[in-house]
Amino acid sequence: MKGSGIRRRETLIALAFLLPNILGFFAFTAGPVVASLILSFTSWDLLTPPQWVGLANFWELIGFHQSVDGIRANDPDFWKYLYNTGFMLMSLPVNIATSLIVALILVKNIRFTYIYRLVFFLPSILAGIAIYYLWRWIYNPDYGLFNSILAFIGIDGPNWLTDPMWVKPAIIIMQIWIMIGGVGMVLYIAALRNVNTELYEAAEIEGANSWQSFWAVTWPSVMPVTFFLFTIGIINGLQWGAEAVMVMTEGGPFGASTTLGYYIYLKAYQDFEMGYAATISWILFLLIFGLTLLNWKKGGGSIED
Amino acid sequence: MSKQSRWQSLWHIPLILGGITCLMPLAFMITTALAPAEAAMRATDNFWEMIIPQHWRWENFIIVWEIVPFLRYYINSLVVAVVATAGQVMTSAMAAYAFSRIRWPGRDKLFLAYLATMMIPGLVIMIPNFILMKLIPEGLEIVAPFVDWMSLRYLGLGGDGPGVGRLAGLDSYFALIAPGMFSAYGTFLLRQFFISLPKELDEAAKIDGCSHWSIFTRVILPLSIPGLTALTLLTFMTVWGAFLWPLVATNQEYLRTLPVGLQAFQGQYATEWHLMMAASLLMLVPVIVLFLVGQRFFLSGLTVGSVKG
Repeated sequence: MKGSGIRRRETLIALAFLLPNILGFFAFTAGPVVASLILSFTSWDLLTPPQWVGLANFWELIGFHQSVDGIRANDPDFWKYLYNTGFMLMSLPVNIATSLIVALILVKNIRFTYIYRLVFFLPSILAGIAIYYLWRWIYNPDYGLFNSILAFIGIDGPNWLTDPMWVKPAIIIMQIWIMIGGVGMVLYIAALRNVNTELYEAAEIEGANSWQSFWAVTWPSVMPVTFFLFTIGIINGLQWGAEAVMVMTEGGPFGASTTLGYYIYLKAYQDFEMGYAATISWILFLLIFGLTLLNWKKGGGSIED
Repeated sequence: MSKQSRWQSLWHIPLILGGITCLMPLAFMITTALAPAEAAMRATDNFWEMIIPQHWRWENFIIVWEIVPFLRYYINSLVVAVVATAGQVMTSAMAAYAFSRIRWPGRDKLFLAYLATMMIPGLVIMIPNFILMKLIPEGLEIVAPFVDWMSLRYLGLGGDGPGVGRLAGLDSYFALIAPGMFSAYGTFLLRQFFISLPKELDEAAKIDGCSHWSIFTRVILPLSIPGLTALTLLTFMTVWGAFLWPLVATNQEYLRTLPVGLQAFQGQYATEWHLMMAASLLMLVPVIVLFLVGQRFFLSGLTVGSVKG
C-alpha cells in the first residue's frame, strides 16, 4: 500500500519533469505527424475548407494511366525528381571514401594532425545557406572560381548551373566538398584507433601487403562506422535539397536539379496544394523507412558487436 | 626509424592538396568579400587572383549593414537561436532526467515513441506546423478575445513604429522559436549521457533527503556539462542556420533571420556578389567562433550517442 503511494508520487514527479518537453513533442512533432498523414488524404489550398479525397493524392503521385501513346505516369515530375534525388546520392559513396582516406592518413602519427583535422572538418560545419550562395558564385560562368581553375588547365567549362547536363554533377561536387572530411572523418579516426594492432601483425606474418591487410583487417573493423554513415547518408540524402536547390538553381533548368525535398516545398508554398505536398512527404518517408529497414537487415549483423 | 619517418612525411602531400581543396572556396569567398564591385565582377584567367585578396575593401563589411536592415536580421537570428537553444537544452535535460533516473510505468514505451519520430523527415512535420501556426491566432481569439494577439505592444515593443508581429502564429517570434525549443534528438542525446552516470549518486543523495529536483540540479547537471555543451553547440548552430522554416513561417522584413535575409543581396537582375559574400561571412562568424571554442568536442567527442565503435 505504502509502496504504491511512493510509486504514484514518483510517476507524478516524472511527468512534471517531462511536461515542458512533452507539450512541445505533441504540439510540434507527434501531432503534426498525425496531422500530415490525415492531410495526405485531403485536398486543401488553405483558402477553401479541406476536402477528403481518399487515396486520390497517392494515385495521382505514384500511379500510372493508359494514354494514346502507351502507359504514362500520372505525375511524371515526381519520377523525374525521384531520379534527380537518387542521382545526387552519388556523393555519398564518394564522401564515405574521402573521409575514410583522410582518416587513414591522419591516424599515422604525422605532424600537424590536429590542424589537418580542423581544416577537413571546416566545410561541413559551415554548410548551409551562406555556403550554397558561395557555390552559386563559384559556378558563375564568367567570374566564378570553378571555370577559372578549369581554364588554367586548358578546359573551357560549361555554365554549370544552367546546363541541364551539368547541373547535377555541379551539385554533387559541392556536396563532396562539404563532407570531404566531416563527421565521417571523426568517426573513422575514433574507430581506427580502436583496431586491434595484433590483427595487423598477424596479417603481416601471413605475408599480406598493406592493400590486402586493409581489406582483411581495417575495412571489417570500421564496418560499423561505414554502415552508420551509409544509413544516415541515405536518410539525409533523400530529404536533401530544398534549401540548396532553392538558393542555387530554383530547381532549374527545367527541373533538372529539383529534388523531392524541393518538390514538397514547391507544392506546399507555391501551389498551395497542402494535401498533395503532405502526400509527397509521406511517400518520401516510406521510401526512407524502407531503405533504412533494408540497410538494417543487410548490415545489422555487423553492428551487433 | 628515421627512414620510416622520412617516408611518413610524404603523407603531407595528399593532406596539403586536400586541405587546399577545403580552403580554396573559402579563400574565394574572402577575396570576393574584400573586393570592390568592379573587381569582383571581372573575368580573369588567373585564378590565383581569385583566392588571394587583391584589394582590402573593408567598407564592404560596413555597407552590408547600411543598405539592408542587416542589424535587425542579426539580432533576430541571435534572439531566436539563443532562446530556442536555452529552451531546448532545458526541456531536453528535464525530460532526459525523467527518462533515465526515475522509474515509472510506460517510460520505455514513450521513449521509443520519441525515438521513432527521429526517423520522420522534417518536411513531413513542416507543413502541419505551418498550418498550425496559421490557425493559432484564430483559435486564440476564440479562447481569449480580450487579448490583442496581433501585437507585442504589451511588452513595450512595436507601438508607433513598424509592428513587431503577433504574439503567436505566423509572422511572430513564437513561430520562429517555439518549434526549436523541443527536440526528440536532444532528449535522446542527454538521456544517453545521464544513463551512463552511476546510480549510487542518486541513492546517496536520496538518503541525504534530496528531492528529485535537487538531485537533478545539484548532482546530474553538474556531472553532465560535456553533454550539455554538446547539445548547446549543436542546437545553436542548427537554429542559427535554419532557413526553410523561417522562410515559410514569416513574411515580414522585421522578423527575418540572417539566412533568409541574405536574399536581400540577390537583386532582380544582378546579384551584388561582393556584398553577398561579405554578408555571408558575417553570418558565418559565430559558427566559426563556436567551432573553435568547441573544437575538442567536434573533433573527438562527437561520437557521444551515435555509434559505439
